[in-house]
Amino acid sequence: MIYLLYFILYGFFLTAVIGLVASWIDRKVTARVQYRVGPPVLQPLIDIVKLLGKETLVPRGASKAAFLGAPLFGLASVMLVSTILWMNNINTQNTFLGDLIVVLYVLTIPSISIIMGGFASSNPLASIGASREMKLVLSYELPFVLAVLVPVIHSGFSIRIGSLLTYQASNGVFAGSLSGALALIVAILCVQAKLALVPFDMPEAETEIAGGVLIEYSGTPLAVYKLMKNMLLFVLPFFLMIIFMGGLRTDGIHLLYGVLKYVGLVAIITVIRNTNPRVRIDQAVRFFWGPVTILAIIAVILAFKGL
Amino acid sequence: MSKRTIVPIGPYHPLQEEPEFFTLTVEGERVVDIDVRVGYNHRGIEKLSEMKTFDQSTFVIERICGICSTSHPFAYTRAVEDIIPVEVPERAKYIRTIIAEGERIHSHLLWLGLAGHFLGYNTVYMWAWKLREEILDVMEILSGNRNNYAMFKPGGVRRDIKSEDIPGCIKKIDSIVPTLNMLKKAVIDDPVLHARTKGIGVLTKEEALNYSALGPTSRASGVARDVRKDSSYGAYDAVEWDMIVTQNGDVFDKVIVRVLEMFEAVKIMKHCLLNLPKGEIDLNLKSIPPGEGIGHIEAPRGETFHYVRSDGTNRPARHKVRAPTFMNLPTYKATVVGETISDATIILAAIDPCYCCTERMAVRNIKGKKLYTGEDLVKLSQEKTEKLRGKR
Repeated sequence: MIYLLYFILYGFFLTAVIGLVASWIDRKVTARVQYRVGPPVLQPLIDIVKLLGKETLVPRGASKAAFLGAPLFGLASVMLVSTILWMNNINTQNTFLGDLIVVLYVLTIPSISIIMGGFASSNPLASIGASREMKLVLSYELPFVLAVLVPVIHSGFSIRIGSLLTYQASNGVFAGSLSGALALIVAILCVQAKLALVPFDMPEAETEIAGGVLIEYSGTPLAVYKLMKNMLLFVLPFFLMIIFMGGLRTDGIHLLYGVLKYVGLVAIITVIRNTNPRVRIDQAVRFFWGPVTILAIIAVILAFKGL
Repeated sequence: MSKRTIVPIGPYHPLQEEPEFFTLTVEGERVVDIDVRVGYNHRGIEKLSEMKTFDQSTFVIERICGICSTSHPFAYTRAVEDIIPVEVPERAKYIRTIIAEGERIHSHLLWLGLAGHFLGYNTVYMWAWKLREEILDVMEILSGNRNNYAMFKPGGVRRDIKSEDIPGCIKKIDSIVPTLNMLKKAVIDDPVLHARTKGIGVLTKEEALNYSALGPTSRASGVARDVRKDSSYGAYDAVEWDMIVTQNGDVFDKVIVRVLEMFEAVKIMKHCLLNLPKGEIDLNLKSIPPGEGIGHIEAPRGETFHYVRSDGTNRPARHKVRAPTFMNLPTYKATVVGETISDATIILAAIDPCYCCTERMAVRNIKGKKLYTGEDLVKLSQEKTEKLRGKR
């Protein structure tokens, strides 16, 4: 019963609220960079509430179950990841063997739900978007897993998120070491791709394939997708914070540090997205399998050497 | 992978907001064939022009395009003057050149912003458009309007440039040069932009000649073709300026040509403003004799060509317009095939296809009552112009 409470309270509500605020910060900063005014604080919420009230259209020839199920599938997985992360963060004893691996697995499900929704909507542009998303997942998963390996090696091969946190609480954060810093850079780049933000927004590329995977979505399913994306904007940086930066501690000054860490990560993501044009999918694959994977392997080797 | 699919762009372009339809036949991500359809928005503007007098036609023609709104009246007035034939006064020539070059700067900036948007680089988009406001202010000081300047008439110009407006304009023009430089650096030095635009959508010199490409599209492919140099008009032969020609013909070179042309335009505009000759601005033409005339000028997008036939009445008997995009559009076939869908949009945008957009607005309060009527808006905009002129 306590887990259900966690699932709804932390996994959904808190994550959604922070995600919406983060999305507002991202939009506001972007607007200011571009000499625009930017939206009011409640705008991300208003967008979603408005979409909830709109008609849901299912295109002819689409697989109805897959088309409507995909967004829920994605949202549920984000909530699950968020619950596991919060539970570990609140009480480091609240961990189970292999929850790091579970999180890594479940974090790919939002992408898979987008692929599913894209292919189910029987639209050529959505299919192109979905195939791009698939290539993108294949390209960033390898360096992402390698980057996550670094904290595991540092902590003496622990695959419990809770013990990663306790290790960092007593021995300093992983991002402080050379290998940890390299792995963090790799992980931030992968998170950029996981969030499908510029320069890796080709699955949705508004100007190329007019919204791509989301082109046929409307009303509630679209609102669920938008909410999922906003929540991911909290969950992914939070995951990086936990495994590289010691998580969010609630005692005194550490709470401020925790907030600063999170805002810093969102700021980096926003800056990357505002200072780059979109790359082509083949360039993205080459980028992740080339320089980024090499950087991740170097980080892993350094971690083995204890650096 | 060998299964072919059709990817439509249009019939209403999601970004360029004008009716045009490209059917891309793709294998996977690669474009193997393209079908270009235009002509969804026939406005009968040539016929309209034939129903107006020679003077009124200028205003109709100005509304062919919202961006290069000066190039059409410029070509049209030259065609009418070719019928008689007469030379317009020196001062009028200079004023025409100033307006045409100001338009070139704002048109190229607009394109640069859109190109950034097409690549998902929205920061460039917003910055270029912010910078464009400065040059629009200069145009507003000179002509009273941001676009559609209504400065041209057969035989001269409709409005003089006051000498007290000139220093303020020069100051404003000078102030955009550093920001232009910054934009140039941001575009030329960005490695990701290089990766996206270099070697993409190459139009070879041979193809450019075969398709009769015009303007920046041809100059990026190494075809040194510019009406301002080849058959000089206005004050262009009185000013020192360079024709920008690059050799590769890819999207990157088309960007470079346009960015560098803005600097040349600034040079021409400044020179003309500083050396504005004294004298008449209008010939006060009373009647147009029967005959035919052609006028062609270098618009921001390439050569604009007008043909006018007069039968001795006060209206053109025939008026034929050819906009530059008409010639540049077919080059898609040479540039897009073999590239990926990701690159298709930026290649399509690289020729700077012409926009036809005008907007009307009404401000209402929440109860649906109009806050401003048309006259109020005109008054507001006139007050703004006066404020700009006062501020300088």
